[in-house]
Amino acid sequence: MSPGVPNGTALEPRPVPFAANPNLRLRVEQASYAYAATDRSAPKFTLGPASFEAQQRELLAILGPNASGKSTLLKLLAGVLKPLSGRIEVDGAEVGDLDMRVRARRIALVQQESELLFPLRVWEYVLQGRYPYGRRLRFESAEDCLLAGNALAQVGADELRDRWMDRLSGGEKQRVILARALAQQPALLLLDEPTQHLDIGGKVELLRRLRRLADENRYAVIVVTHELNLAAEFSDRIVLLHKGKSLKIGTPAEVYERDLLEEVFEAPLEVEMRVSGRPRVILRGNH
Amino acid sequence: MGQYHGKMLQRGTRVRPLTPQRIVAICGLLGAVLFVVVVFSLRMGAYPISLRDIVMTLFRGAIGRRDEIPSDFWLVVFGLRLPRIALGILVGGALATAGAGFQALLRNPLADPYVLGLSSGAALGAMLSLMVAPHTAGVIQAGAFVGAVATTATVYFLGRRGGQLDSPTLLLAGIISASFLSAAIMFLGTTLSGRDQRGMAFWLMGDLATPPTVDLKWLYFVLLVTLGSIYTTSSDLNLILTGEQEARHLGVNVHRVKLVVYVAGSLLTGLAVSVGGAIGYVGLLVPHMMRLLFGTDYRLLIPTSAIGGGIIIVLADTLARTVVAPTELPVGAMTALAGAPVFIYLMRRRVR
Repeated sequence: MSPGVPNGTALEPRPVPFAANPNLRLRVEQASYAYAATDRSAPKFTLGPASFEAQQRELLAILGPNASGKSTLLKLLAGVLKPLSGRIEVDGAEVGDLDMRVRARRIALVQQESELLFPLRVWEYVLQGRYPYGRRLRFESAEDCLLAGNALAQVGADELRDRWMDRLSGGEKQRVILARALAQQPALLLLDEPTQHLDIGGKVELLRRLRRLADENRYAVIVVTHELNLAAEFSDRIVLLHKGKSLKIGTPAEVYERDLLEEVFEAPLEVEMRVSGRPRVILRGNH
Repeated sequence: MGQYHGKMLQRGTRVRPLTPQRIVAICGLLGAVLFVVVVFSLRMGAYPISLRDIVMTLFRGAIGRRDEIPSDFWLVVFGLRLPRIALGILVGGALATAGAGFQALLRNPLADPYVLGLSSGAALGAMLSLMVAPHTAGVIQAGAFVGAVATTATVYFLGRRGGQLDSPTLLLAGIISASFLSAAIMFLGTTLSGRDQRGMAFWLMGDLATPPTVDLKWLYFVLLVTLGSIYTTSSDLNLILTGEQEARHLGVNVHRVKLVVYVAGSLLTGLAVSVGGAIGYVGLLVPHMMRLLFGTDYRLLIPTSAIGGGIIIVLADTLARTVVAPTELPVGAMTALAGAPVFIYLMRRRVR
């Protein structure tokens, strides 16, 4: 499953490793964005310049309250939006310059899934992740099937293979969507609020799985979330966003300061440092 | 959408990926069914002709020994019935494929050239072009295509709400366009009488009784080229059906695919309407039948819909010209009789 497997690479220029650090997957340099203003009004929302990096085997959380610019930043990383200024590079190539299919081989995005028009089997859904590697009519090769099978195995969803997508539970569906992203063999795995519809057990299971995938497949995993404690427990580094500005970037212990979090999340909070070195946030009762 | 959970034609428990061999095998099977239907249709009609004579006539005609065929058999088979059947296959294939394409393009399982008013737009375009240049070859086809393109664009923009395609709004926009255009067709029909021998029933309901003014060869050429161009997008359409955003993230050039399907779907609609009038519900009925039988993969759905559309129209037209003999029903009346209940069924499945 390593992203280096040669695989229909004719179209793809060889990834140029970052000179300074060959482990680097993602570099964001002063990237900013503003939603197009209409003729009369000022831009509705602006994302101030952000700079950070992510290496392979690293799990990075983009943390912030609602409307802090998390999704905008994720769309920039995924190449859906083009930054107004600055650069975003994945494996040494600027995201905006990549051909759509080459981009889909390097970046996989897991979103809340949209409603299916016609039912699909889990197996067919996961095989869609092989699309960027196929030729014109994209009949699946034996290799595609093997890789899709591996992806299902990696998320522990082997037994779901022949089930219908619209008959899965929330947690099962989440795993299958993740499997399709793995089938893309990306360098960068992006997840948009992946824990939203899961119960606490499901959330922990998912983040443990992401942690393991980052290690085994040498991904850089980037998770957008507003869950303070999950981010503190599972991420290596955190980008804290507030009103479109990246306020602080660092390890959970560095980012989690009580005053800062209280200001950003507008709630009375308490931060405890645990022996593991990871902070824990609790709601401070003030009644 | 629960009706598609059937396991028909999927042997064993493991789902296998689709192969070109399977597509060819299934299309061959449908082709055989089409052949049987064609022979059946050749048999039916006022002039009695036995099955044996039909097969002999077809065989001798195929190997070019025309002089051995009795002249009345030649006239009935090659002169009268076969051209009409060939026209029916063309119209059915075009409408069914256009329906399958529009269902993906508009992300709406109820999309159909007739329901959305595109057929009426094409009919109006054809009538207008007849008024402007009545004696130019291919002008009806061009007019119908332009009419279909314009109506598709109109319905598409009327069907949006808050920048998003909205399923009920889209259907309403289609139904309203259809009734408006039908009224315009009625109006033009009265002024056009005498110059257009087909009459109003042709443009409003569809009819295969009048032979086209353009050689069938050219019409089939356009059909095959258009089918081919839609077919190149079939695996992209599979992904677009799961979600446009997701398709984009997986590397699908959504804009290009939509443009191809939009132009090709309008061409197919214009082609069918220009020679067969506004025949309804084929584009709805056939792709859904094919999904029930063979699954939802567009790489299989497009060719099976094309052949299935031919089968359905030839059957419907055979019924239309025999059940009330010696007079004839318009073929559109037959397809509407079968199609409207299916439409209601699908709509209620969705609402629940």
